[in-house]
Amino acid sequence: MSDRILGIAAVALAALYIWRGTLIEPSFMSDPLGPKAFPFIIGAVLAIAGIAVAVRPDEEPVWPGAARLLEIAMAVAVMVAYAWVLRDIGFVASTSVAAAYLSWRLGSHPVAAIIAGIVIAVGIFVVFKLILGLSLATGPWGF
Amino acid sequence: METLQSLADGFAVALTFENLLLALLGCFLGTIIGALPGLGPSNGVAILIPLAFSLGLQPTPALILLTSVYYGAMYGGRISSILLNIPGDEPALMTTLDGYPMARAGKAGEALAISGIASFVGAFFATWGLVLLAPQLVKVALLFGPAEYFALFALAFATLGGVASRNQAKAAMAAALGLGIATIGVDGQTGVPRFTFGEVHLYDGIDFLVAIVGLFALSEVFIFLEHRASGDASTQKMEIGRITPPLSMLRETAPAMARSTIIGFIAGVLPGAGASLGSFVSYSFEKRLSDKKGTFGKGDPRGVAAPEAGNNAAAGGALVPMLALGVPGSGTTAVLLAMLLALNITPGPLLFQQQPDVVWGLIAALFIGNFMLLAMNLPLVSLFVRVLLVPTRYLMPAVAMISFVGIYGISGSTFDLMVMIVFGVLGWVLRKLDVPLVPVILGVLLGDQMEKNLRRTMTIHDGDWTKLFDSWLAIGLWTFAVVGFILPLIAGRYFRPKLADSNKVEGADPD
Repeated sequence: MSDRILGIAAVALAALYIWRGTLIEPSFMSDPLGPKAFPFIIGAVLAIAGIAVAVRPDEEPVWPGAARLLEIAMAVAVMVAYAWVLRDIGFVASTSVAAAYLSWRLGSHPVAAIIAGIVIAVGIFVVFKLILGLSLATGPWGF
Repeated sequence: METLQSLADGFAVALTFENLLLALLGCFLGTIIGALPGLGPSNGVAILIPLAFSLGLQPTPALILLTSVYYGAMYGGRISSILLNIPGDEPALMTTLDGYPMARAGKAGEALAISGIASFVGAFFATWGLVLLAPQLVKVALLFGPAEYFALFALAFATLGGVASRNQAKAAMAAALGLGIATIGVDGQTGVPRFTFGEVHLYDGIDFLVAIVGLFALSEVFIFLEHRASGDASTQKMEIGRITPPLSMLRETAPAMARSTIIGFIAGVLPGAGASLGSFVSYSFEKRLSDKKGTFGKGDPRGVAAPEAGNNAAAGGALVPMLALGVPGSGTTAVLLAMLLALNITPGPLLFQQQPDVVWGLIAALFIGNFMLLAMNLPLVSLFVRVLLVPTRYLMPAVAMISFVGIYGISGSTFDLMVMIVFGVLGWVLRKLDVPLVPVILGVLLGDQMEKNLRRTMTIHDGDWTKLFDSWLAIGLWTFAVVGFILPLIAGRYFRPKLADSNKVEGADPD
């Protein structure tokens, strides 16, 4: 079933892609092929591959239960939040929280996770910023 | 002779203090990356690229660092295969079959030593193969026009889909997805924006480094969250014992190493087949040839030597098409290509002619790195064994954060971080659905070149499609492409199911 959905999704994506392709505005300077032809070829390949997958699906993959899916969704949310606030509160603070969360969810004891988060954040800061001179996000406190 | 002269010049490049230090660092990091389950060569190199890039390394040093990591990972993967029965990376999967039984029988030290020596033999001779074969391939590549290059890219996708994946349709889908992503942004030839949905951030296209780090490294974090740190290494007891192989064992395994080196190298050179296939074919061949007493799978040293020589030789072989043609044949060489492109270097014949110091400096560094790796992996191996004790619950958050740091370091853009997260989720879904990630990456990397060559052909011949098949070289390449894609559909039924079964690690990171 999953593969059938994947195949149909690929066909739908191909249709969307080709439709957006037709909307590419022609330019005053152009080569014989133009900017549309290559996307059309790719769209066609994607659609054919999608049909093939939908017609002959593989074995059903083992999908995780709702709890595990929620776990992944939460991790994604934390990462998005991390990227969002990175510049506002600085690298060390945001990284500590994000790393601590991930470490906790991967099975660390909460206290150990907090320590791990701080160690990871400070460690990366020292190695990459202080030693290697990479530019990291600087928050209101400068780190 | 000319080749040896170039190689000598290469040593002059590689033997500077900076480059030696980077090779050492790369070998060290690579062995760790290979040894740690959950960090393989492709995602290990992927998270290091943005760092090397934003640190402003010159092309040659950057390439030396990352290729050393690549070679090192091939050595390191065996350590956890032997000691924990968990492959440190996908190419080391076959090493578990005989390595772990050896360790159980109290011969862990011998297994580590034999596999270390086998790795060295494979990598050393494969590097020689690279020296000899790459310039020859460059001579052929000089005859290529745009039509031939277009056919070559098609060949790379076709064999990648045909040989290296379990479902050709899914590989084609992955390739189309990658190529489609590559078309996002302003079209280089006409200046019109394509598929940008009016979003200014997309005008430059999607940075392939962002896509690679998301697909390879972040998706790994999600896989671990899904299974929540199953392999907790610290509970296992590890007795190593002596790390010197008896001379008799060396003599016994030498022919296996020699055969596997050749097989692995050939497997590596062929587009689409990386180190995993190299070690798989080497092991199967050796088992069929010399398993007369049924000792394979029960701790036969030859069963440890064969896959290790095979995967290291394949790793060297895979560099041949990447450097000489600009077409990578495996996951990690695709990632290395990404770094070259990020540094504005296009591999291929012109690279050999115009910047020979980059190519030969790299090759010389690989020779030096190999000796460093031999030293690290024989006398100092217990150092790396200790690294295995780092539990994934601390390792994976660090991997995730370093991924973010690397991407942020390149652009300082929140938008890129968001795109990376999207690719991380996409990578996880694709891995669950058994859609290979390497064609996606290859598509993102090569899409621009592929389209450019197609359009150049059409411009030269004024839109005549038949000119794509107008030379014997092009026809030959197209024939190989069709055969490479279709033949495994028919003949692959024989040995394909075995490979599929052996793939315990779900969507394991490609080599």
